[in-house]
Amino acid sequence: MSPLLKVENLRVSFPTHTGRVEVVKGISFELGRERLGIVGESGSGKSMTGRSILKLIRKPGLVTADRMEFDGVDLTRQSERQMRDIRGARISMVMQDPKFSLNPVMTVGEQIAEALVTHEKLPRREVNERIYAMLEAVRIHDPKRVAGLYPHEVSGGMGQRIMIAMMLIPEPELLIADEPTSALDVSVQAQVLDIIDNLVTQKGMGLILISHDLSLVSRYCDRILVMNSGTVVEECAAGQLEQASHPYTRGLLAAMPVIDETRDELPVLDRTQWAGT
Amino acid sequence: MSAITLQDLDISYGDTKVVHGVNLDIAEGESFALVGESGSGKSTILRAIAGLAPDWTGKIAVLGQARTHRIERSVARQVQMVFQDPYGSLHPRKTIDEVLSEPLVINGIGDRGDRVEKMLTAVGLDHRFRFRFPHQLSGGQRQRVAIARALMLEPKVLLLDEPTSALDVSVQAEILNLLKRLRKEQGLTYLLVTHNLPVVSFLCDRLAVMRHGRIVEVADVGLLKQGQLREDYSRELLAATPG
Repeated sequence: MSPLLKVENLRVSFPTHTGRVEVVKGISFELGRERLGIVGESGSGKSMTGRSILKLIRKPGLVTADRMEFDGVDLTRQSERQMRDIRGARISMVMQDPKFSLNPVMTVGEQIAEALVTHEKLPRREVNERIYAMLEAVRIHDPKRVAGLYPHEVSGGMGQRIMIAMMLIPEPELLIADEPTSALDVSVQAQVLDIIDNLVTQKGMGLILISHDLSLVSRYCDRILVMNSGTVVEECAAGQLEQASHPYTRGLLAAMPVIDETRDELPVLDRTQWAGT
Repeated sequence: MSAITLQDLDISYGDTKVVHGVNLDIAEGESFALVGESGSGKSTILRAIAGLAPDWTGKIAVLGQARTHRIERSVARQVQMVFQDPYGSLHPRKTIDEVLSEPLVINGIGDRGDRVEKMLTAVGLDHRFRFRFPHQLSGGQRQRVAIARALMLEPKVLLLDEPTSALDVSVQAEILNLLKRLRKEQGLTYLLVTHNLPVVSFLCDRLAVMRHGRIVEVADVGLLKQGQLREDYSRELLAATPG
């Protein structure tokens, strides 16, 4: 089976007064209908990678790639107009914080409807039915009531589930989730990720989960890319994270306290070693 | 002597009561954690102790002294607070030197230059940083400054409100090590609010699990490490923690 997404030598750079700074320095990866995790710390370029797939990086940012192919479509050659048919419909993205990503002056139902009818002409009644079914799929129990609420009337966890509903209702083939749960409580985090996980496996979609949390990514993904200052330093199967060999990955793993902690001091990364930020 | 005693503490914001009948006794030198979901009232308890949430009934005593509802200078010298977000808790137009000197000026303490220098060394910041502004520092460095500021008055008790949850994993490790070392060196008492159970396991002796403004369970950290918390809700929290 040919891969869903193929990225070769992706570079993202921004101008500064001392010249262009590359934040993603030529990374390559392939994605099938599987769950890929991208982990790294602030400034590692993980979010920029996710955004450049959807061509969401605005000028003066510059994205170049030898190849960026989604299901046979060359993304680098798509016009802004053509991209609009792909965004949402075929590739969609869940952002970090529902508080800032939902439109505060539209009801939840209207926003989800917008995501659907932008890409598909449907009779009103069917739109409503799809919305209610989708809200139920993200485990919102009284979808009729919730569809009439405004974003400020729902909790963070529910807001994020609404985002997911909105992103999945056009039935995309690839979902990019950029820190989908870091604004949420630990107990809600697991719920939201379980929902994403279920829907992704049921529909046979591809998933790119971007996060700074190694243990979370290893729990929900099949494969993991570890990024540090714009490069992929390690690629491994999620189950083999414990055997990771790159010193940066090992450092990250060791720096996390564990629930049955016995160490008196946590090992700290020696930043000079990677000459990063 | 106990460092912090809370008796039948109810705290309200306007008409909404957010903390209901909390009783706690934290010994001097202890490191105690409050854990729970957002909205469970854990930060509100810290704010009440610091004097930032004045609408409470019951009793709050710090090192044996019952506190009033106002902000008190004597309490400020014994209890200081470190906030979650180092990007928001430092004045953007004051240099690190000004930030650290301010508590000394307010309390009429002299020898400021020396004390600032010493404190910077204690939190592991080079003295180059002394005359910089917060925006010239990274998140981890700023949190070090916030901790330094809290320690300027040589308090006995530190209230830590999610001190590492805005930081990267590797920076979190540095700050946790720093907090652990400072506690050992200066014999501090910590009251830490967090939702991160592994952090509790690393830094604390006891914990209280909170839900809907009430304490569900108080346990030794040993029980947490063995996964033997008694209450269903505590176990739920534990199960939701990855790793």
